Amino acid sequence: MNTAGTNPGDVQKEESMLLQKAMINANYDALSTAHEDGNKISSTFVPGNLNELLMCFDFVRNLPEINALQAGMRKKSGAYIMEAERSGHSEDVCTYVKTDLGMMSKGQVGPNGKPLPTPDVLLLSYTGCFTFMKWFELVRDEYGCETAMLHVPYQADGKITDNMRQFVVMQLKEHVIPTLERVSGIKFDIDRLREYLGESAKAEDNLVWVLQSAKNKPSPIDAYFGAIYYCGPIFSAFRGSKETTAYYKALRREVEDRIEKGLGPVTPEGLLDEERIRLVVEGPPNWTHFRDFWKMFYDEGVVVVASSYTKVGGVYDFGFRHDPEHPLETLADYCLGCYTNHSLPSRVDMLCNYMDEYEADGFLVNSIKSCNSFSAGQLLMLREIEERTGKPAGFIETDLVDPRYFSPANVKNRLESYFQMIEQKRLRPEDRSAA
Amino acid sequence: MALDEIVERCQDLYDDLDFKYIKQWKAAGSGRKAIGHMPVYVPREIVHAAGMLPVGILGGGDQLDVIHGDAYYQSYICRIPRSTIELAVTGRLDELDGMLFPSTCDVIRNLSGMWQLKFPDKLVRYFDVPQNFDLDVGGVFYTRELQLLRDQLAELGGREITDDDLRASIALYNENRRAIEALYAYRSAQPGQVPTPEVYLLMRAGMILPVDEHTRLIHDYIAAAKAVKRPVRDNCRVVVTGLFCEQPPLGLLKSIEMAGCYVVDDDFMLVARWLLEDVPTEGDPLKNLSDAFITYSVETSCKYVPVREDKGKFLIESVRRNRAEGVIFASPSFCDPALLDRPMLQKALTAQGIPYTAFKYAENSGQMQPIREQAGTFADSIKLWSAA
Ligand code: SF4
Ligand code: SF4
Repeated sequence: MNTAGTNPGDVQKEESMLLQKAMINANYDALSTAHEDGNKISSTFVPGNLNELLMCFDFVRNLPEINALQAGMRKKSGAYIMEAERSGHSEDVCTYVKTDLGMMSKGQVGPNGKPLPTPDVLLLSYTGCFTFMKWFELVRDEYGCETAMLHVPYQADGKITDNMRQFVVMQLKEHVIPTLERVSGIKFDIDRLREYLGESAKAEDNLVWVLQSAKNKPSPIDAYFGAIYYCGPIFSAFRGSKETTAYYKALRREVEDRIEKGLGPVTPEGLLDEERIRLVVEGPPNWTHFRDFWKMFYDEGVVVVASSYTKVGGVYDFGFRHDPEHPLETLADYCLGCYTNHSLPSRVDMLCNYMDEYEADGFLVNSIKSCNSFSAGQLLMLREIEERTGKPAGFIETDLVDPRYFSPANVKNRLESYFQMIEQKRLRPEDRSAA
Repeated sequence: MALDEIVERCQDLYDDLDFKYIKQWKAAGSGRKAIGHMPVYVPREIVHAAGMLPVGILGGGDQLDVIHGDAYYQSYICRIPRSTIELAVTGRLDELDGMLFPSTCDVIRNLSGMWQLKFPDKLVRYFDVPQNFDLDVGGVFYTRELQLLRDQLAELGGREITDDDLRASIALYNENRRAIEALYAYRSAQPGQVPTPEVYLLMRAGMILPVDEHTRLIHDYIAAAKAVKRPVRDNCRVVVTGLFCEQPPLGLLKSIEMAGCYVVDDDFMLVARWLLEDVPTEGDPLKNLSDAFITYSVETSCKYVPVREDKGKFLIESVRRNRAEGVIFASPSFCDPALLDRPMLQKALTAQGIPYTAFKYAENSGQMQPIREQAGTFADSIKLWSAA
């Protein structure tokens, strides 16, 4: 055990955590009563979410992926997936979709125990994942509500072209905004959008600062398990709000404080007191066994210093910020820039950059059965990164929300041998002198 | 040509996993180039107009030993990318000067990046098609993407692709689509005369032969098929769907027919049937190709259906037009597009009282007995149902 202060209560007391919890609870409560309160609900995906735009129309914002991950963490996703499979969905397809569909057929009960009402509009940000398109066709089929499609082209050659940007902007102007106006009954106000975008940029500055704090030794954060919480507000229903700006300020203060004191990351069992191995991780986590999974790392003194999953809802650490001066173009660039909308070579470059900048000892892929968008090609990425960095790479397979695909003993074994391999490599004289 | 000869020629092309034909074609003229493309749709007209040979790359089928490919893919990813990688890393695709990866799904999309990493000296293009079907929005984007492809191929070929080149190619592909339409119409009218494995092989031949040669081959086949008398079986009429990307083994198609089903429509090689009408040969050729894509192209799992009520309409129309009595959903294992679409299409069929059955396959599935039994039971139930 490498943790100190093993009272999980210590963790709960951090200001940023309390703030985030309050935001999430308030949002679920607002969703539950939205229609009684005379409000409209939008439903949209994390990558390419246009939260600032949705706020301009006073939508209460629902994100089915977040519901699916919450269901995974609350150990409910297994039953939802089985329900979806019973009603004819293939065992082969993405389990996020099946969790959502299963949850719908079981009364769509939110984490607050209250049913989530039917959305009034589906905003299909078709960014970085083909399955999103099918997912929303399925949801639309169920609800019959209005659907706005936003097709975000893929950055296949590692750059955003004018044609891509203009296409997204044209869709926003011609299709998405008019649909949102019609459903909400509220006229689009570009200045309101600018104001929210300005707030987003402030929050993004602080998020990036927090993520980059992992360059310190020891790292004051875990940039995978911990950073998933840090990304929560900015990746979901809150980016662009003043409370989100406040959240990231508070978070930054906490991390600054840990750096000053030379402390490591906060884990569910308290502060990690010894950083033995620094890793870069590619791929989403597993939600059904999140705590157990994380424990396999912190028990061995392993800290993740950079991860790709914390970039799915936006890549900010290479300079992009929402720009109030160019409101629609900036939304386009944001959507185009989400992690899984990057080509494989760009993903490899990004991860190699992390290996280098964050002085990582190894690179680990958590390959997710559900997710072709992430997983197809990861084995080649792994070999490329290993070759380019000379650092040992590891590979495990789990799933996001399907408990049938998380085998604790197997994952633990693999991780332990991988960590041993890293340590052995570090002890080899030729590697020591090269370092 | 006699029927047997035509089928044999197509079978030879199908069996040739070394793509010797490309070599021959290139050797027949100086500076010739060949461009591969994955399923489902790319505008082959532009490749042709560049003087290049478009070649459909459809995986390794059930004859290829996949040795290296498995090291590139986890077990839960479909077969076609791994056998395609196998073809490439074993040098079988060396004659290709470039590869186009259409926006079929995330697997094909990511395969484009793998190609960029593995074959940095070749032209690699991920070809995005719009999921917005407004001429002034998706159409504008798409026309510019077509222009980009034109520029890239012109650069590779070292010569300009003129509007007239494009118009001439469009005309040839219009003829090809008409020939295919005639073939499909003939099979639908007299399915006993046109076995589906033969249709499949003919369509496969179109993935490598120059378009004009393929058009002639289809006409020859139709004429030859009309000249023979084949036994008429008491089969039921079905539409098969879901086979648009990873290819079914030939044995699967034979099994469906042997089980008592005549296939009267399918979604094989959609690239050749993607556009439902002729593309005009007057005016701006790229705009014409783009408008055709936006306004009259097929519905398939790789495309968004903007209006909820339209989901499944295309399949139902095919059932009605071809007087099919049922639908067989044959989907590749682990294929998100086909498998996620299936429940919606099934619901649409149920609403119309159209029976269906569903199973999965892989390009290298060997055991056909379960499929034959399932298709047989389905055929029997249709007959019972229609007798009732
Ligand atoms: S395939 Fe991956 S990115 Fe797409 S919905 Fe499923 S989990 Fe999310
Ligand atoms: S078979 Fe399906 S999942 Fe596989 S590459 Fe083709 S469309 Fe994609």
